[in-house]
Amino acid sequence: MTRRFPPLLPALTLLAMLGPVAAGLWGTLLPAFGHLPAAGISGPSLDPFRDLFAWAGLPRAVLLSISTGLFATAISLLIVVLVTAGWSGTRSFRVLERLLSPLLSVPHAAAAFGLAFLIAPSGWVSRLFSPGLTGWERPPDLLIVQDSWGLAMTAGLIVKEVPFLLLITLAALGQADAKRSVTVAQALGYGRLTGWLKTVFPRVYGQIRPPVYVVLAYAMSVVDVAVILGPNTPPPLSVQIVRWMSDPDLAMRLEGAAGALLQLALVVGALAFWRLGEVIIARLGRRWIAAGGRGRADPVVARIGLALGGASALVVLLGLGVLAIWSFAGFWGFPDALPDQFTWRNWMRFGPGTLDALGETAIIASVAASTALILTIGCLEAEYRYDLHLSRRGVWLLYLPLLIPQTAFLPGLQTMMLGLGADVGRGPVIMAHLVFVLPYVFLSLADPFRAWDARIGTIAAALGAGPDGVLWRVRLPMLLRPILTALAVGLAVSVGQYLPTLLIGGGRVSTLTTEAVALASGGDRRAIGVYGLMQTGAALVPFTLALLIPAMVWRNRRGLRHG
Amino acid sequence: MDDGLFLRDVEISKGGVPLISVHHDIKPGEVLTVMGPSGVGKSTLLAFITGTLAAGFTATGEVWLDGHNVTHAPPHKRHVGILFQDDLLFPHLSVGANLAFGLQPGSTASDRQKRIAEALDEVGLGGFADRDPATLSGGQKARVALMRMLLSEPCALLLDEPFSGLDAALRTQIRSMVFDRARARSLPVLMVTHDAEDAEAAAGAVLELGGSWS
Repeated sequence: MTRRFPPLLPALTLLAMLGPVAAGLWGTLLPAFGHLPAAGISGPSLDPFRDLFAWAGLPRAVLLSISTGLFATAISLLIVVLVTAGWSGTRSFRVLERLLSPLLSVPHAAAAFGLAFLIAPSGWVSRLFSPGLTGWERPPDLLIVQDSWGLAMTAGLIVKEVPFLLLITLAALGQADAKRSVTVAQALGYGRLTGWLKTVFPRVYGQIRPPVYVVLAYAMSVVDVAVILGPNTPPPLSVQIVRWMSDPDLAMRLEGAAGALLQLALVVGALAFWRLGEVIIARLGRRWIAAGGRGRADPVVARIGLALGGASALVVLLGLGVLAIWSFAGFWGFPDALPDQFTWRNWMRFGPGTLDALGETAIIASVAASTALILTIGCLEAEYRYDLHLSRRGVWLLYLPLLIPQTAFLPGLQTMMLGLGADVGRGPVIMAHLVFVLPYVFLSLADPFRAWDARIGTIAAALGAGPDGVLWRVRLPMLLRPILTALAVGLAVSVGQYLPTLLIGGGRVSTLTTEAVALASGGDRRAIGVYGLMQTGAALVPFTLALLIPAMVWRNRRGLRHG
Repeated sequence: MDDGLFLRDVEISKGGVPLISVHHDIKPGEVLTVMGPSGVGKSTLLAFITGTLAAGFTATGEVWLDGHNVTHAPPHKRHVGILFQDDLLFPHLSVGANLAFGLQPGSTASDRQKRIAEALDEVGLGGFADRDPATLSGGQKARVALMRMLLSEPCALLLDEPFSGLDAALRTQIRSMVFDRARARSLPVLMVTHDAEDAEAAAGAVLELGGSWS
């Protein structure tokens, strides 16, 4: 066999994913212990940690990081489990699934702005009920968005993580033989929801555990959502780390690096705590199963689950709607439900700026996503040709860059690049995006790629096609739809990246996301509406194309219509 | 004469457990039928001959085809045609393009088109070249798959339970179509099946899995 695809590509992939993470952690470790030659400071010393612990906001910032992370993860998982347990296979479920899947690609920042515009004192919800129900003639002086408990921020994370966890769960259901298990349980007198929880959930959870951990790590260390919806004084730890890192005084980076290490420790601790929770719930669950209850409350619980799931989808959709209204709004006084007039003026004003940012976003996203796609196909094809198999432990390597909090290694990567004198800018930003884009592209393409019937390859080879011929002439064309979907996933992930662009770009690379988040403090709702919509569009359009292109190319090929 | 498909001391095992052991010469135009219940690893023997044995299996012995030792040749250089139970037509290609995939390269475009049209005519599918394979009936697909394989001019033919997906009437028809063409081209045929009728129709040696002869 010719070795046109040497295991070089898998090695490159690992390097692209883990190299920056390792370098970044190293670059965090040194300054955290007082070693930063670029600023003329050499260690080791514990001063950065002393400064960190002397910061009065620290306990609150730490608490916020933990509480938003744990609550957002637990609640979104609960919603997804209840909805799937109570409704999978029904029509309502398909409707909800169809509503939620496009929401997966809505950038976090856009969803967060949408939520803010809904629930703020002067937001849409308050307008709809004012002054009729509330009697408010002016927006009330309430701290709803950016509340000091981080509730708005937790809600913003939940509505974005529900679609993610639901799709992950659906993918896992395929391998769990769920339908027959529930049928058997129902024949034994169990309600649908209880039957599902007792027979299917243990298997499904085993499959979705890594992505659940990713959600936890992400929710604990997210920056853009926290800037938009989270409290300010003090902010969650992740936001404070970014503030320290952006301080013109280089010495503040030491404190930032110490904070980044603390963030890493918090995430590791929370993951351990979550693991412990799994053990306890598993033990309680076994007792619950042994007790044999058939689930008399099932219908009620299932309805609550569906209502929560529907509400979470509705919040994102209405949020996008209100972003759209603001982007076209002329004068819009409180408490009017709609603006006095609709106008193109906002788009004329902010359009040119968004186009520049769109260009930058498109370049970064296309290079990052197509690189990730090539590496992924190389890995999967190498796996097929050399009969390699990714072990369960190997799969965790894919999740590693998503489990290590961004705020723990990106600051270090930035510091390290400054130390090396490497120029910040577009190239390094693309490399940093690749770290996050690669795992998602890989996870998106791996299942369809591996599910391809290998006998087709045997046939093609028997007809005289070499390994490359089989790949290019048969396998890739047949997999056109999942390949384009994986590419769209990669583009959406890149479009939504905030922290890597901000830190590694050194503030000189402006994408739609960095521009939109930068508007958060200004509070110009018309500008936010325009940028938020453009950002959502940049993530959604590739998905639409990924559906349309295969449908057009294969319009006369029924065998590929559902493939 | 060296022509034919010769299996020399072929032994395949998985994890140290022997599965199959075959030593047999299949002369041109002859059929060897390998029988046994499903799931015993009959298809493994075919995978060894096509060069696509999965990891975890170990095989010893040699495969000779028309005087060449092909045991270590890459799958696409072996000139061994195979038909599976499913037609496995390439779903992204038209019927004609599926056949063109099998046709050896060279010759002019019009000549290739002519040969594809002739092949379709031969199995009663004239004018089907532009069709989407997914719109064909089971019997039509089986015929296209057969012609695709024959156009690649293989030196031997492997059949992996190729008729079990077809209903009774169709099965007889397709079966004789396959065997007639293999005989006409003097191809050695190795068939794996669990259907006694298939074995009877093949009218050749039968190897029951486990090595006993009938």
